[in-house]
Parts: sequence; structure tokens; C-alpha cells
Amino acid sequence: MPGLSVWYVRTALVYLALGLTFGMLMLWHKGMPIHPALWALLPAHIEFLLLGWTLQLAFGVAFWILPRFRTKRGNVRLAWLAYALLNAGIWLVTLDPWLGRLTGWGWTGRVLEALAVIAFALHAWPRIKPPGA
Amino acid sequence: MPPLTRLFIKTALAYLALALLAGLARSLPPSEALPVFFAYLTPVYFHLFMAGWVLQLIIGVGYWMFPKHTREQPRGNEALAWAAYGLLNAGLALRVVAEPLHAMQPHPAWGWALALSAVLQWLGGMAFVANAWPRIKEH
Repeated sequence: MPGLSVWYVRTALVYLALGLTFGMLMLWHKGMPIHPALWALLPAHIEFLLLGWTLQLAFGVAFWILPRFRTKRGNVRLAWLAYALLNAGIWLVTLDPWLGRLTGWGWTGRVLEALAVIAFALHAWPRIKPPGA
Repeated sequence: MPPLTRLFIKTALAYLALALLAGLARSLPPSEALPVFFAYLTPVYFHLFMAGWVLQLIIGVGYWMFPKHTREQPRGNEALAWAAYGLLNAGLALRVVAEPLHAMQPHPAWGWALALSAVLQWLGGMAFVANAWPRIKEH
């Protein structure tokens, strides 16, 4: 597994642990109430598990196993850029409620996430090819 | 394909079918002929899909395909991996029953069942993370 995939997949595992922890707290609270403020974790629970875990794991595994050009994986910088943009975006979106509604952090985070997907698609596109091409 | 992977993937497929059935049940127009709990299936539908199908499929394939841990323990701690399967599924099954019932008619028994299901699913997820972590390495 290449170094960048290790970063992607381990980061995804951290998000899985965080997302499941938030989910555990909210589900416990649903059954045996602890504090109503726990519902504020719902957006982070969804963001961490959909983008932080699932999407990030898909990127990491794809970078590892998609067809290569002999031994090279194409434009690796784009894949690193996607990693940085995706994680910056996830945290901006997640922290948005605590950073202030009028500052546009959430909107900026969504833009960064979209740019991450574009960067990764540009990296992966030429690797989606027949054997030997 | 190792036996635990087959079990994870087949269980995931069963949850996918259940998720789609739950999705169908929750989208039916209200009618006195339908069971009342159909109206309370939305969180169950999402979690059957995301935890039962997506997460379990990933865990099963990851257990099979991630880099080998060591020659002696190629897939890490097998007992921990089996614990992940048992805990995750016990927790999810408990949730599927307890969550709609608790929403329909709150009762401490269902409340404690939900709390227990939360802990079981969390422990299952953490067992997977702990077992997968050392296998995610450069080579």
C-alpha cells in the first residue's frame, strides 16, 4: 500500500471512530436521556461517516489499486491535493456551527470538498484504462 | 476469501435487502391497514443501509484485502475481528427492534435496549478499527 493510501485509510479510520462515538452518544441519549445538547453532534456524525470515512476510504483504496502506468500512479500531487482539500473541507463544515453562521465557513468547506473530488477525479481519470494502455 | 469475510458480505447483503424493505415500508401512504411502526422506520432505514450494508461490506472486504499484518497473523487478531462481527450485528439487530418501539411508546426497557445497542455497535466498530489499524501500512 503506497504512503498516500496509508494516510487516506488511517485518516478514514479516525473519522469512523469519531463518527461512531458521536452516534453512540446520540443513540444512548435517545434511549436514556443524558443532555439535549448531544443532538448538536448529528451534523458531525453524518459528515464524518459519509465524507470522512466512506469517501476518504474509497479515495485511499482507489489510489492503491487502480491500474498504474508501469510502476507509476500518474499525477500524485493531485491525489495529495485532494487529501488536503477534503480534510480541510470536512473540518470547516463540521466546525461551522461553532465558528459563526455569517462567516461562510460551511460554504467554504463545501467548496473545498467539491474541489477535492475534482482533484481526485482528475488524478484517477487516466488510470481508468484497459490493461497495458 | 476467508470465512469471516464471507459472513460479513452475506450479512451485508441481507441488511441491504432489509434496508430497501424498510425504505419501502416507511414510504407507503398512511393507512389503518398498515402496522403503526412503519411510520417510525426512518432512522432504522438509514442505519440498516449505512451500518448494515455499507460498513459491513467494507469491513468484510477490508479484512480480506488489506495488507497482511504478519506472517503468523496475516489478518491481525482473528478473535477481535469475530468480536467486531458479533458486537456490530447484535447492536444493530437490537436497534432495529428497539428504536421504532421506543419511538411509538417510550418505555425504560426499550430505552435501555437502545442504550445497550449503542454501546454494542460502538464496541464492534472500535474492534474493527483496532484490528485494521496495524494492517494499514506502507510496503
